Parts: sequence; structure tokens; C-alpha cells
Amino acid sequence: MKLQFSEKDEAFRKEIAGWLADNLTGEFAQLKFRGGPGDEHMFPEERKRWEQKLAEGGWTCVGWPTEYGGRGLSIEQQVIFYEEYARAGAPGRMGHIGDGLTGPTLIAFGSEAQKAKYLPGILAGTEFWCQGYSEPGAGSDLANVKTKARFDEAKGKWVINGQKVWTSLAHESEYCFVIARTDPDSKAHKGLGFFLVKMDQPGVTVRPIEQITGTSEFNEVFFDDAECDADDIVGEPGDGWKVAMGLLGFERGVSTLGQQMAFQNELNEVVKLARENGAANDPQIRQRIAQAHIGLKIMRYNSMRMLSGDKGDGSLQKEALIYKLYWASWHRDLGELAVDIMGPEATILPEGPYELNRLQSLFLFTRSDTIYGGTNQIQRNIIAERGLGMPKEPKW
Amino acid sequence: MDFAFTDEQQMIRDTAEAFLKDTSTSEAVRTAMVSELGYDAELWQRLCGEMYWQAIHIPEAYGGLGLSYIELIAIVEQMGRYLLCAPYFSTVCLATNALLCAGSEEQKAEHLGAICEGKTATLAWSNTGGWTADSVSASVRKDGDDYLLNGDYRYVIDGASAELLILAAKEEGNNAVQLFAVDATAAGIERQALPTMDQTRRQAAIQLKDLRVPAGAKLTCESDDAADALNKTLQLATVALAAEQAGGMQQLLSSAVEYTQERKQFNRPIASFQSIKHKAADMMMRNEVARSSIYYAACVADEALTGGELSAELPEAASIAKAWCSEAYFKNAGEAMQMHGGVGFTWEYDVHLYFKRAKASEHLLGNSDQHRENIASLLLDGE
Repeated sequence: MKLQFSEKDEAFRKEIAGWLADNLTGEFAQLKFRGGPGDEHMFPEERKRWEQKLAEGGWTCVGWPTEYGGRGLSIEQQVIFYEEYARAGAPGRMGHIGDGLTGPTLIAFGSEAQKAKYLPGILAGTEFWCQGYSEPGAGSDLANVKTKARFDEAKGKWVINGQKVWTSLAHESEYCFVIARTDPDSKAHKGLGFFLVKMDQPGVTVRPIEQITGTSEFNEVFFDDAECDADDIVGEPGDGWKVAMGLLGFERGVSTLGQQMAFQNELNEVVKLARENGAANDPQIRQRIAQAHIGLKIMRYNSMRMLSGDKGDGSLQKEALIYKLYWASWHRDLGELAVDIMGPEATILPEGPYELNRLQSLFLFTRSDTIYGGTNQIQRNIIAERGLGMPKEPKW
Repeated sequence: MDFAFTDEQQMIRDTAEAFLKDTSTSEAVRTAMVSELGYDAELWQRLCGEMYWQAIHIPEAYGGLGLSYIELIAIVEQMGRYLLCAPYFSTVCLATNALLCAGSEEQKAEHLGAICEGKTATLAWSNTGGWTADSVSASVRKDGDDYLLNGDYRYVIDGASAELLILAAKEEGNNAVQLFAVDATAAGIERQALPTMDQTRRQAAIQLKDLRVPAGAKLTCESDDAADALNKTLQLATVALAAEQAGGMQQLLSSAVEYTQERKQFNRPIASFQSIKHKAADMMMRNEVARSSIYYAACVADEALTGGELSAELPEAASIAKAWCSEAYFKNAGEAMQMHGGVGFTWEYDVHLYFKRAKASEHLLGNSDQHRENIASLLLDGE
């Protein structure tokens, strides 16, 4: 075990920090600390231009292999990249789904034609992606997908019908990957396909969902005879679940350390407020601030362990299995701490009709953390069953 | 950055696990914990003679193995897992660290050499259970060429059986803390074994009545005041204690999962109920991040002992690990007892041994609230 980064990695840290300092200026200066969770709807056009700026510098898709145009960074350097990105307050990535999910999925499961067609737009920061997994009847029970895909022989295209929900940035995206049932008689995780669907077509309708924050980052997406080309299915019909599960594996990666740096920024703001308004003298608040600090430090240590122990074979280690449950619960607690430090002033909005300040938004938005991407309850089932070998629920 | 055990560290950890699983069985623990000494002297001889664990982080110059604090933590974690009854924590994590932090070359050569040979030792610093040098309770004054010590200590780990005592005392007048290495049988030392709720670790009260020691017994650390050296010692010990706690958590989780898979009610293993699974999942989460906290603290502790660049992080890393592990161990012990149902309340099952050990180690070297307040003051009270 050693905690220090090598000299080469520290030099890399200087390089990316320097690039960010030089480029997060001018029209991009206003994007600092913007566009993160709870704020994803803000500055979409400016943040897309920022993606292109990143691409110019070669800072998109830094974890992809170089043969696909990525930077092929080591785990350590990816960690450093995400840390410095968050430390600089660089904006929430518009391209994160393409960069972190679509790309790795296509590289692992896609055809050469699909790679050639879709990877360049992701790399260049010119084409954006959203994900079509959840449905009104397929939340925690993700395999209960009802959206159907039928191959129309006459058109030579796949035709998709159904509804997806909780699709973030759908209205800002060129493409959506969609899980749909290719075998109408199939059940659960069998008979699914993984499709790459163009958003700008008559068969696709996007409707924003108004959240408890009063804002809308998430959407419903309706597919009414939406079409995609015959070769826009990843793998074979019936492979959808395998591809989707592979993709979920990509979600637990080095970007968690960047996420933590963003958490650190939030915690710093909470601590600053407590010192300013005197809450820092309250023994109970002191305990809770210390607990938040401890929780975040340990989160970082746990991620370092997760990354160091990564065997690269997709097998989940115990410290990785617990990660979602851990950070989501921690973040929700931070939101509660933030408004408790604000005190009664937390109940007054800076502006009507429903403008929230950053900490109020944190308080409300973090309620989603323990729900999306596998609720805390589903996470506990997964930990108990996969991590501890406890029996599954009997089937109804 | 590589935050995983090296192959060699992994091997040391695995060896410790296998050895302790064989030797520190439930029967062995139950025999040792009610014995006169509180541990199995024969097993201690094996730990020292065969495994050489008492010498793990003592530099080779003094006869030790010269390995890092990470190896020490890897072993201590397994000791906590198997509730080893042995004067290891007192000898290695308290006394040895005190000697490493405050002893002169000659003192280290003499006392660490003896510890390498299997001599037992402990550190006594307070009668309040405080976990910093502020809590030093005994006093010392110069008397001719000698020192005279008076006062009392409580909660001294293995205080009744240890052969060498490292005693902390405050100088009359200037309140500077001094440490002394004294033979436990010296005239002027009265030791009283205290009956303990957690029988797997012994505690004692020690009274000093005009204990006269020669000048050479004073550990001659670089400073005139050994408060920093004592604090560092206690922080190093705190990291080790947290590792024990993480190990105990692992055993509680394993036994709770095993038991609930065997126990059937309503025609199904109770492990198939989500109310049970979710408790187990939370236990595993607390346990895994506990591990992450102690491995990090171990790396920092090693730097602190070797003068590395992360030395200054020791107080924070130790408090983080102890704040988390104390609460998590006790919480997991309570949950494990609940998951065992009625049998968890019996003397026959081992859960209560861990439950009691969890509470006892929570109160040793500062509880979670105290360590959180330490963190809070680092964060909130400076400029």
C-alpha cells in the first residue's frame, strides 16, 4: 500500500489543472460549479460548447483506449483528471453519458460500424446521449420492460413503441440508447434488445417532469413508431440485458472520485456557513459536521481501495458493492445538515415563485439520490444476495 | 498510488487469519478469558517464538522484523476478528509505540530488545480514561539524581500481568509530561486487577506511592516535554484499536449471515426475509468502509513512524478511523445479537463476547463523540 502518486502522475495533475485554469475563462467562467446534479438544466448551450473546448484539448473520453481516440489514461491519471476537474469547478458534463456509458458499451459490445458511426461525435463533444432504461412499470424491477421493438421487413428498420421515464437531458440529446423487448412473448431479462435511437424524428416525444425542486432535469420519452436502422442494435436481439448490465458496470468507475470532489465543494460551503452564522458553536451541529467530514474522507479511501483492487474483469468487490448505498445516504444526510445549519432562514426562498439557493436545492435534490440508479432498498438486496450469498425472495 | 495489500502483506494477513482461526477458537478464548493470567501463556510464546508478531514493526536494529505499520494492522485486524486474548495490544500497540516515539537509542535497544524476546509491557497514562496527554494523572518530581512518582492509573490494559510498565507523569511545577520505563515489580507500585465486563481484555488499577526510579528510566525524547510523543503513541494505538474493531465486525457479520441461513421460521431460512437481509447489508457496508478507514490510517501511521510527508495527518486519520469503527462495531454487534434472536442472548453463543468487546473498545482511547469533536475542532476552530 502506498498513498502517494508518482512524480509522473503529479506532473499530469499540473498539466490538467493548468489547462483548466487557462480555459475555464471568458464565456466559460460563468459555468464554474454549475450544471451538477440538481442544476443540470442550466446553461445547456454553453456547456455543449465547453464540451467542444474539452475535445480540442483532448480532454473528452480520457479513459477510452487510444485506438478509439481516447486518451488511454491509467486509473491513477483518470482519478487525477476527475479530481482536478471537480476542484476547478468545471461544469457538469453534458457529455457524461456518451463518454462514460455509450462509448465504453460500444467499445465492449458494438460492431466496428457502430464504433465508426457514433464514437467520433462523442469524442468531439458534438453529439450527446441520454439513456432509456426505466419505464413507469420498470423501476426497481428493471427487467419488466414493456417498450417493444419490432423489425419491419418492408422498411428494413426497427420500429419502437413504448415509454421511458427519468431520462435526464433527453431534450438536449441527439441519441438515446433504449432497452426494448424484441420478443413480444418474452418475460423479464430474456428477449430484450439494446438500441441506438436518434431523438430528432417524428416518433419521439420528450416531456419534462417537474420535480420537487420545481425544476426539470428528468423527462418522459414517448416512442410512437420511432425508427432506427437495422444495424443500430448492439449485439443480437435477446442480448439487451447482457449489454445493459455491462453498461451498469461502467457506471461504477473512477468518476466517483470526481463526484466526491464535488461533494467536498458542497461540504466546504456548509462548513463556511456554519462558521459564519454561529452554528459551528452548537455541539450537535459540530458532531454532524464532523460526521459528514469523516463520511466523505472514508468515501474517498473506499474508492481508492475499490480502484486499486479493480481486477478489470467486471467482478464486483465488496467495497464496490456498497458504494452506491454509502454515498447516496451520505449525500442525503449532507442535504439535511445544510438546511439545519441554515436554520429558519432555510424556509425562506431567495426569490419567488420558486427559486432555491444552492443549499436548499441540495436538500431537496438529494432525496433522489437514494432512489435513482437502484434504490437503497434494492442496493441492500444486491449486497445481501451477491455480497453475502443470502437467499433471494421467494417468487410470487 | 496503490491502495491494496502487496502480495507479501496479503500473505502475512492470510497467515494471521489461518493461525488465529486455529488457535484462538471459541473454546480457547473462553478458557483464556477466565484464567488467572487472562491469556494463554503458551499461545503467547508461540506468537512471539514462531510468528514473531511482537516484533513486527520494531526496526531490525533492535532485533525486530522492521516491517511497516500496515503489516501490523493486517495482523491486528485478525486478532480482533478472533478475539485473541493476549497482551499484544498492550505490549506492541501501546508500550512499543511509546518506546519508538520517546526512547533513546540505548533505551530502545534495551526495552525493544526485551520485547522482541517475548517480554510483556503496557502503557499507563491516566485515571480518567482520557485519550490524550492532557489526561495524564500521576505526578513526578526530581529527588536528587532520582525521580519520585506518585499517583494512580485506571483502565490500564493488561496492567496486572505486564512485566514492563511505561508510566506517564506530569512534572510538578511545569506540568511537562514525562514517560518512564519501569519494572512492574518495583517497590512503590501496587497493581490491582479489575474485573471486566469484557473478559477478553484485562484492565487494572495501578497506584504509585513514592515510586523511586533512576534518571535513566526517563525516556529521553527529543523534547523536554513528552506530551507530543505520548499523543502520537496514543494515536498510533488508536489506529490499531480501530483495526481490531473492524476485524470484530467481520466475524459478527459472518456468524450472523451463517446463523440466519440455518435458522428456519415460517418454513424458510430467516436470511430470506428482507428485514434480515437489509440489516446484514448495512452491516457489510459499515464493515467495508471501516476497513477502508483503517488501511488509510495504517499508511498514515507508518509515515508518522518513519517521518514521511503524511505524518501530520495522523491525528485526523486516527480520529476518523476510531470515530467510525467504534460506532460501527457496536452497532453491528447489536444487530448481530438481534439477528441471532434468543440464542444471541445466551452465554453459550459467542455474540455477547463481541458485543462486550465492542462496547469496551469503544470507550478505550476515546469514543466516537470525542473523536468527532476532535475532527470538528480541526475543521471549525482554526482561522
